[in-house]
Amino acid sequence: MTITKKEVVHVADLARLDLEGEAIDRFAGQIDTVLAYVDVLKGADTQGVSPTSHVISLFNAFREDEVGTHLEREAALANAPDKDDENFVVPRIVG
Amino acid sequence: MKLHQLTLYEAHERLKKKDISSLELTEAVLDRIDALDGEIGAFITVDRASALAAARAADDRIASGSPAMAGLTGIPIAVKDLICTKGVRTTCASKILENFVPPYDAAVIEKMKAQDAVIVGKTNMDEFAMGSSTEYSAFKPVRNPWDLSRIPGGSSGGSAAAVAADMCIAALGSDTGGSIRQPASHCGVVGLKPTYGRVSRYGLVAFASSLDQIGPIAKDVRDCALLMNAIAGHDPRDSTSAPRETPDYTAALKDDLSGLRVGIPREYTEQEGLHSDVSKAVAAAVATIEALGAEAVTVSLPHTRYVVAAYYVIAPSEASSNLARYDGVRYGFRNASGTDLLAMYRNTRSEGFGPEVQRRIIIGAYCLSAGYYEAYYGKASQVRTRIREDFETALEACDVILSPVAPTPAFPIGEKVDDPLTMYLSDIFTLSANLAGIPGMSVPCGFSQEGLPIGLQIMGRHFDEKTLLRVAYGFQNATDFHTSKPKR
Repeated sequence: MTITKKEVVHVADLARLDLEGEAIDRFAGQIDTVLAYVDVLKGADTQGVSPTSHVISLFNAFREDEVGTHLEREAALANAPDKDDENFVVPRIVG
Repeated sequence: MKLHQLTLYEAHERLKKKDISSLELTEAVLDRIDALDGEIGAFITVDRASALAAARAADDRIASGSPAMAGLTGIPIAVKDLICTKGVRTTCASKILENFVPPYDAAVIEKMKAQDAVIVGKTNMDEFAMGSSTEYSAFKPVRNPWDLSRIPGGSSGGSAAAVAADMCIAALGSDTGGSIRQPASHCGVVGLKPTYGRVSRYGLVAFASSLDQIGPIAKDVRDCALLMNAIAGHDPRDSTSAPRETPDYTAALKDDLSGLRVGIPREYTEQEGLHSDVSKAVAAAVATIEALGAEAVTVSLPHTRYVVAAYYVIAPSEASSNLARYDGVRYGFRNASGTDLLAMYRNTRSEGFGPEVQRRIIIGAYCLSAGYYEAYYGKASQVRTRIREDFETALEACDVILSPVAPTPAFPIGEKVDDPLTMYLSDIFTLSANLAGIPGMSVPCGFSQEGLPIGLQIMGRHFDEKTLLRVAYGFQNATDFHTSKPKR
């Protein structure tokens, strides 16, 4: 086994996902199958190989630092599940 | 021929001659959607009123000649529902964005609107583009117009099915691991994933940022070139878009393939699980292309066996990071039943994301977590370099690489939906183009014994879409697979 149920629940927790009941077993099995398959990568010789972070050679996409037009506050707030006139509103964070 | 059956090129010519109006054409397409989409499920949102308004504006432009008519003026186009459209909801086929109405247009939408193209609707897809069958849509599956019991491919299954069933004149999709090419193949239409950086990703909802690319899905190769002319180009708002000139892609549409070398990867012909109908159709396509003057050479892509594994580490890792933004605060769904902020995040994400998206977030978070990063994401990124080098070497010996798009014709709905790894393995031929950043294309090249479409994949060098289009165009003109239509 590559990943245990406990680890799946822990990682889900880090990603702010709750797994419960039957979903834990199902996900753990499916994710373990995928990770076990992914182990084939260990066989690839990558000694001294640089990782690819960008597939076309493009460095430092500079632009002038100019004032532009941006979303108005009203538009930015339009999709918020909860808001007041100026802010996104979230549940209480500090008691 | 009915209006909804027109190709983009034909529709453009008839609009230009004022044989037809955009309003007539758009109404024909909308009526077609009304008649067929109940059983196919290709659209999530059809905005009839704004489509008709856009058609009228296009007709005014054509009538006045000011500004001059452009390639997409008055053409009804369907857009995958992860490309932001100002004022029209953009759901990513996810409950978490079910009511999200973007306050701005994606760069490709701006470009289309500047030409007075008509956006007829937003197409169904796998949730957040994660899937190969469009069964992972949170709303409804898409059915293949050629056989309603089968998947249309994915994740741009709605766009491909809409083009195949004439519910639009052409469409846009996005391709992170084959999501344009594989549904195009399964639906018997033409799809092109451009080089990474060729088309701006501004306003494309991010899945895996180093792999995602927007591209056309169309009825034939010429239409594909016409759409590329409209959407390609540098955009300073996408820092990964390439600052280079874009050619006139229609200039590549020449019949003559002499002097071209086409590479056949040795590893692909030996691929386990390759359906005999697919290998026969692709072999026949290679023979046709040779008969048109190209020379076929065998090439090797030695790291093929690592492709699926590398992709299914890199893509979920990037997804887990990109999808962290969906927290119920600024937009989208919120489950407000909890008492504190953390509970709100957890309840929102657990209820808002479907199972495949949750699986990939968990796999990605695991691959990026302390102690595992080097073994998974780090290693996969190194293997990605090897895969990219394989293609660079192979493409020194040939101009394009030919292969199947998918190992089998479209599979039955439900067959792989609970078996993620089997679903992932069906992506074997398409993932490499994304990992290597090169362009890839699917063109119809035959039918299975059951009458299901089969696609030929053409891959090429970075920014060399024009050679792909040239090969595809030559092949299309020598064959009639692209003119076959599903019976409905």
